[in-house]
Amino acid sequence: MPKITYRSPDGTDTVVDVASPCTVMRGAKLHNIDGIEAQCGGSAQCGTCHVYVDDANTLPLPPMHEVEDDVLYGTASPRRETSRLSCQLPVTDAMDGLLVHLPEAQS
Amino acid sequence: MAAPSVVVVGAGQGGTETAAALRSRGFSGRITLIGAEDALPYQRPPLSKGYLTGSTPADELPLRPRSFFEAQDVELITGTPVTAIDPGDRRITLAGDGGRRVRLRYDHLVLATGARPRVLPVPGASLSGVHTLRDLRDAVALRAELRPGAHLLVVGGGFVGLELASTARLLGLEVTVVESGARVMGRSVSAALAEHLADRHRAHGTRVMTRRELVALHGDDTGRVRVAELDGAERVRADVVVMGVGVLPRTELAADADLPVGDGVLVNATLRTADPAVHAIGDCARFPSPYAGRPLRLESVQNASDQARCVAAAICGTPEPYTAVPWFWTEQCGLRVQLAGITAGHDRTVVSGDVASGRFSVFCFTGERLVGTESVNRPADHMITRRLLAERTASALPGPAEVCRPGFDLKEYQRVRSAG
Repeated sequence: MPKITYRSPDGTDTVVDVASPCTVMRGAKLHNIDGIEAQCGGSAQCGTCHVYVDDANTLPLPPMHEVEDDVLYGTASPRRETSRLSCQLPVTDAMDGLLVHLPEAQS
Repeated sequence: MAAPSVVVVGAGQGGTETAAALRSRGFSGRITLIGAEDALPYQRPPLSKGYLTGSTPADELPLRPRSFFEAQDVELITGTPVTAIDPGDRRITLAGDGGRRVRLRYDHLVLATGARPRVLPVPGASLSGVHTLRDLRDAVALRAELRPGAHLLVVGGGFVGLELASTARLLGLEVTVVESGARVMGRSVSAALAEHLADRHRAHGTRVMTRRELVALHGDDTGRVRVAELDGAERVRADVVVMGVGVLPRTELAADADLPVGDGVLVNATLRTADPAVHAIGDCARFPSPYAGRPLRLESVQNASDQARCVAAAICGTPEPYTAVPWFWTEQCGLRVQLAGITAGHDRTVVSGDVASGRFSVFCFTGERLVGTESVNRPADHMITRRLLAERTASALPGPAEVCRPGFDLKEYQRVRSAG
């Protein structure tokens, strides 16, 4: 089962096993990881499951579609090059070891 | 001193998020979350959309898995209505097994009781095949009746009614929407968006009738609905009927406990009722909104979730006024429709984008001030409007003259502002 690490703004890491099919967002919700709200439940409507993929990441991630790109214009914490909506990141075995940073605020 | 105990009445979006937010804040006292329905707390938005088509399987509906409640030490009691609140004694009464009454003490009580669907009291409303759509149980019953070729009558052209009409067309039903108002979504959106949505539904093959009233429903000899009678004696075939004519907040518990109610449990800016130990959130609560300038009640996931976090903060000793920007979304006929702000009462709109191709935003103004944006397949406009409204100063917002300017683009507006 792929392991995903969620790093909170204070540097605390939470490592969880995320069974596929599941998104990085849902993995956080299942384990009550603070810092992912996902109000819309995963339909790229709300922008409250914003994460920063680690700068050093080399694991394969799905490309960003236009809707995700647009939603990222209004996230509560600043958008960066590494910004993604975690609801748009389905977890695959190839993503084992992924590190995502949680933003300061989601809403 | 022992840590205080919290009882949350209502295990929907608001109630469940209250429990989660309390634990996220480090609240260590007892949390009891009580729901009248049997199911694990679940998401309602898919019930009119993906759950009916099967694209959202039932196992994706729960807000959290059962293990979440165990791991977070939240005592979840399902299938159990709360029958009374005794504010003097700080106890609630539950309907226990075998008619036994159970009383439970609280230091803080959160009412997240939600709302129940309205039913039009027309003759034939109790025939079989006549539904409302609010709870999972409603959706399960309705799903079994949405067969290709059947004739569905949707009474009410609001969010739920139109989402359902769109879903039913995908499933191959013949669909008629009867709306008593002058236009669909009448209470919620601008005329420009309402007309666009009605056109799209018609293009989808749905018959949309406005300014029409349901007079009666007529059944066959098995007691099953077959025909709807509208004003003017028009008869419409109806094998299945869904009443989507709004909801009534569940305020009975509060009213019986002598807490002030009036189309909702009345709360102050920190979501507290007249009793300092009792808060109310979500669909059942009427609160003063800085975006409307008056008390209002909102029925949305956003409002329930953000109010849950607000009330968790108050219970943890750091009350702050509830100021989250209201927003809503709906998906109909393949359109992603997002609403930001409270636009009721706007007196001017500016449409930006390409209406014909279904990618546009309606900017709604009251006087010179932007009060909200309705976006169709334009998520950036929606998201940026939410950020701008959150600043709650007129200077953050583009005025109508600016939005009218050819080539106006909210992304560019925001970019220039951020750079400045």
